[in-house]
Formats: sequence, C-alpha cells, structure tokens
Amino acid sequence: MKTLVIAEHDNSRLATATLNAVTAAARFGGDIDVLVAGQGCDAAVAQAQSIAGVSRVLKVEAPHYAEPLAENLAVLAQRVAGEGGYRAVLVGATSFGKNLAPRVAALLDIAAVSDVVAIAAPGRYERPIYAGNVMVAVESDQPVDVLTIRTTAFDAAGSGGGATVEAIAAGPDLGLSRVLGRELSKSERPELGAAAIVVSGGRGLGNGENYHRLLDPLADTLGAALGASRAAVDAGFVPNDYQVGQTGKIVAPGLYVAVGISGAIQHLAGMKDSKVIVAINKDPDAPIFQVADYGLVADLFDAVPALTTSLSAG
Amino acid sequence: MKILVPIKRVVDYNVKVRVKSDQSGVELTGVKMSINPFDEIAVEEAVRLKEAGVATEVVAVSCGTSACQETLRSALAMGADRAILVETDAELQPLAVAKLLKAVAEREQPQMVICGKQAIDDDANQTGQMLAALMGWPQATFASKVAVGEGVVAVTREIDGGLETIELKLPAVVTADLRLNEPRYATLPNIMKAKKKPLDVVAAGELGVDVAPRLRHVRHAEPAARKGGVKVADVAELVNKLRNEAKVI
Repeated sequence: MKTLVIAEHDNSRLATATLNAVTAAARFGGDIDVLVAGQGCDAAVAQAQSIAGVSRVLKVEAPHYAEPLAENLAVLAQRVAGEGGYRAVLVGATSFGKNLAPRVAALLDIAAVSDVVAIAAPGRYERPIYAGNVMVAVESDQPVDVLTIRTTAFDAAGSGGGATVEAIAAGPDLGLSRVLGRELSKSERPELGAAAIVVSGGRGLGNGENYHRLLDPLADTLGAALGASRAAVDAGFVPNDYQVGQTGKIVAPGLYVAVGISGAIQHLAGMKDSKVIVAINKDPDAPIFQVADYGLVADLFDAVPALTTSLSAG
Repeated sequence: MKILVPIKRVVDYNVKVRVKSDQSGVELTGVKMSINPFDEIAVEEAVRLKEAGVATEVVAVSCGTSACQETLRSALAMGADRAILVETDAELQPLAVAKLLKAVAEREQPQMVICGKQAIDDDANQTGQMLAALMGWPQATFASKVAVGEGVVAVTREIDGGLETIELKLPAVVTADLRLNEPRYATLPNIMKAKKKPLDVVAAGELGVDVAPRLRHVRHAEPAARKGGVKVADVAELVNKLRNEAKVI
C-alpha cells in the first residue's frame, strides 16, 4: 500500500502543505515516497528527507522543473505513479496541488478526489461539497487514487525521519508554458493557512486604509495572520491572497477574529472549523454571529482600537 | 480565434442546500438552478475578447440533461454566438465531462477554452485541468487577467502567495477566478435574441466516450452545526472570556 506525495516547494523550502499531505498518506499504512522535482532543490530534498514517516525521496532535477508548472510536472508524476505501483498520489489542496492533481489524474485516466478531509481506509474518503454545507463519503475501487488534501484537516508531519534519496530521470520538457513573473505579498506575519490566530476584515471596514489602520495593530498584538472576506478583496482593501472562504484559503486557527464581516456562507466555508470564533459587527442580525463563540455587537471603529489597547496592556 | 466556454448548471448560490433524508444526495426538486458563477465569468471574458476583436466566435457548451438548454440560453443572452448541449441523464463526474468536452473540442477546434475554476456544487476544481491534460494543451488555472498575443496567451493567476503571470502556447485552457471580470446582466433585447441563436443538441452516446462514474458518493450528511455562542457586552468582557474561558490568548 505504497503512496506517493508530490512535494510543493520553491527549491529552497518545502511548503507546509506537503507535511499535511504526508500525514494523510500515513493513513494508508505503507511506505511513503515524496517526489521532489526542481532545479537546485537540495535544500527542499533535505527537508523532505527529514519528514518523519517518509521512506524515500525521489529527486528529479532539470531546468524545466525550476518553476512548478503543471504541464511538465504532470507528465513526470504520471510516469512515476505508473511505475511505482502506488495506491494513492497525494498533494496538498493548495493552489499548486489543485492546479496539478487533476492533470495528473486525467493522464492516468483516474478520477481525482479534491479537498479530502478524512481517510477512513484506502478508497474511503470524505470531502466537503456545496461550500462545506454538505460532507460526502466517497468510495473508490480505482487501482490508484489521486487526492488533494485539505491541509487544515491533517496535522503537519514532524521531523526526525531519515529517508533515503534516490535520483530519478527527468521527464520531457513540453515547452507549453513559462513563468513571466510573480507579485508575491511580503509579510512578516505568520502564513494565513497555518497561523494560530487569524484577524480577518470585511466590507464593514470601509476601505483599505481603515483595514490596515485598525487591523494591523490588532494582528501585531496577537501575533496573528491577516485575512479578509471576498467583499474586502473585491473592493481592493487587500490583495487576493488574503481571501478566506470557499474559493479562497481554508483556515482553522485556534482563534479567528472576524471584524466587519457579515458571514456569507462562502466565507463561513473557509473558517468555520476554527476553534474559537470572535465576531465584531454592528449588525446584531449578521449571520457571522450564528457561528461565533463570542459576538460583540459594536461599532468596529471603537471596538477594535479598544480591543488592541486592552490586549497590549496585558 | 474561436473560444469554447463550457458551462455547468448548478444550484443557485443563494440557495441553502438540504441533504435528502436517505443521504443519497442533495435535494434538487423545486430548487432554483443557475449557471455556475465561475462559468458566467468565463462567458463574460470570452464575450469581451470577441468585443475587443480578439475572438471571432464564442461557443458555449454544457453537458447534462435537457434542462441545461436554459443555462446555455443565459450564456447566449450574455453574448455567446451559439451553443451545444451534450445531452445525457447520466451522472457525470469531472473526468467524464472532460472527456465529453475533449470530443467537442476536437470537432470545434477552438484556440482557447475558458471555463470556471470550479463549480459551486461539487467544488471539485478539476474539469479544466483534466481537459487540458487530455488535449495535451497548457493550462492556466485561477485566472484574474487574460491577454492574448500572437500564438500565445499571458494569464495572471491567483496563487497562494499572491499573483503569478504565465505564458501559454495556444491552444490552451484557462479557468476563471472571481476577479477576472464582473459579468454583465443580460438585457431583455439580448434575452429575446438569444432565443433565436443556434443551440445544437448532441447525444452524449454519439461521442463514443466512457462516462461511467469512477467514484461512488455513498453518503451525504450535513456537517455538525457549530453551536452559536454568546454575545458579550463590551471589549472588557470579550478579553476576559478569551483569556479565562476560551484560554486562547
């Protein structure tokens, strides 16, 4: 019952989603191989090697893996999955994994299972549909399953492992796509998907200036990541990668503070598995209060600075 | 350049879905159905490319029951030139849809396929990538900007850390994210005109594709509801609860 995890990395660092995928792979009970395809990716390989529970790291280096483009990676993964006799191919349900996994599955003539939140047994999975309003149990008798793993549903695998590294041959360079550039948000704050505390803002903040003036100090005080509702992103308060929800990031922190967010089901889909939810909103009928552990009906322009002051006073 | 736009008929995004009492699926009887919102964005993008003189024809295609004709008419009312229904009453999973779309794409020979990044019913986020794989075409998922050049398309994608711009050789598959555009409302004259636009119906069986479901959806359930909590009177009470009751700060 061997499984293959496709590593997400930027050559120097593994994405934490890969650690969540390894934990999911461990549910299959067999050897776990991790495929690291890159260029100058020794650091990522070394990290993969040290993940607890990993048997082998399959290292592939070629210039056409310098960027994580789906076309070349999918052909490679198809070959590795086909030769390796794996029961499942797993990857984190991040923008990388969601882009890649269905392409790999189709090349294998296999149905993919997206956003897996539980693995009862090989071929027995659970996943959310309808923005998390319905959970469906999925059964597969396929020889190999291709899964994307909801990262909030599986803990990150620990370190301390000692996997062997095996260099394998590169696949072809199809030359179908290339990266022209990236604009990545730079932040000293924790990563939104993995943060213990998330402070999230919505339309109620009015504009981007208010968003940052009110929420930055609160997030700094709490050591929190910043998130936003779709409405706030669409209105240009913050960039797209702040979005929490059905089509944005799925988060499940210990504490989620929703400020000026009404709580559309599409937003709730992205945060309702948080341990403790706080909502600050001046509308007492806002749906966010139906999921909030602690609701404060107040004008956020008074309440948020007061909260920041109160928290920083210790 | 011809653009093919696959669209899906789904439960309207405002509907609160209910699981059937036998857990076999979601109650669809009497429920309002609409075009998948992401596919609506895809239609809008294709129509804009036609209006800009980049595309010459926009063909909407849907796979499913005859009721999908209504959904195709809404795409025609937005400005698609003609529509194709691949008709079947069978359950279609993303791989099957991708295979049907491949058969359609081989007939139609589009230079670009633009579809929604995911459907809001099964939230699978697979069909565009699968179609690209089966065609051997490049793909740009989660598009927030599309710029067509000579034999190529540059697509800005919404990725986890921010934005990424990639260039694909045409033909290619692009999947639309929320911020690609804001779809227009169909005007009454355009809704009337759409009724006269060509809509071809092809029986799925004619396409010679294996559409048998590979996965069984054996049990549907509503997730454990979150218990509503308490309202606190002021910031001091909130901080007190967080420190001493929830113990999260």
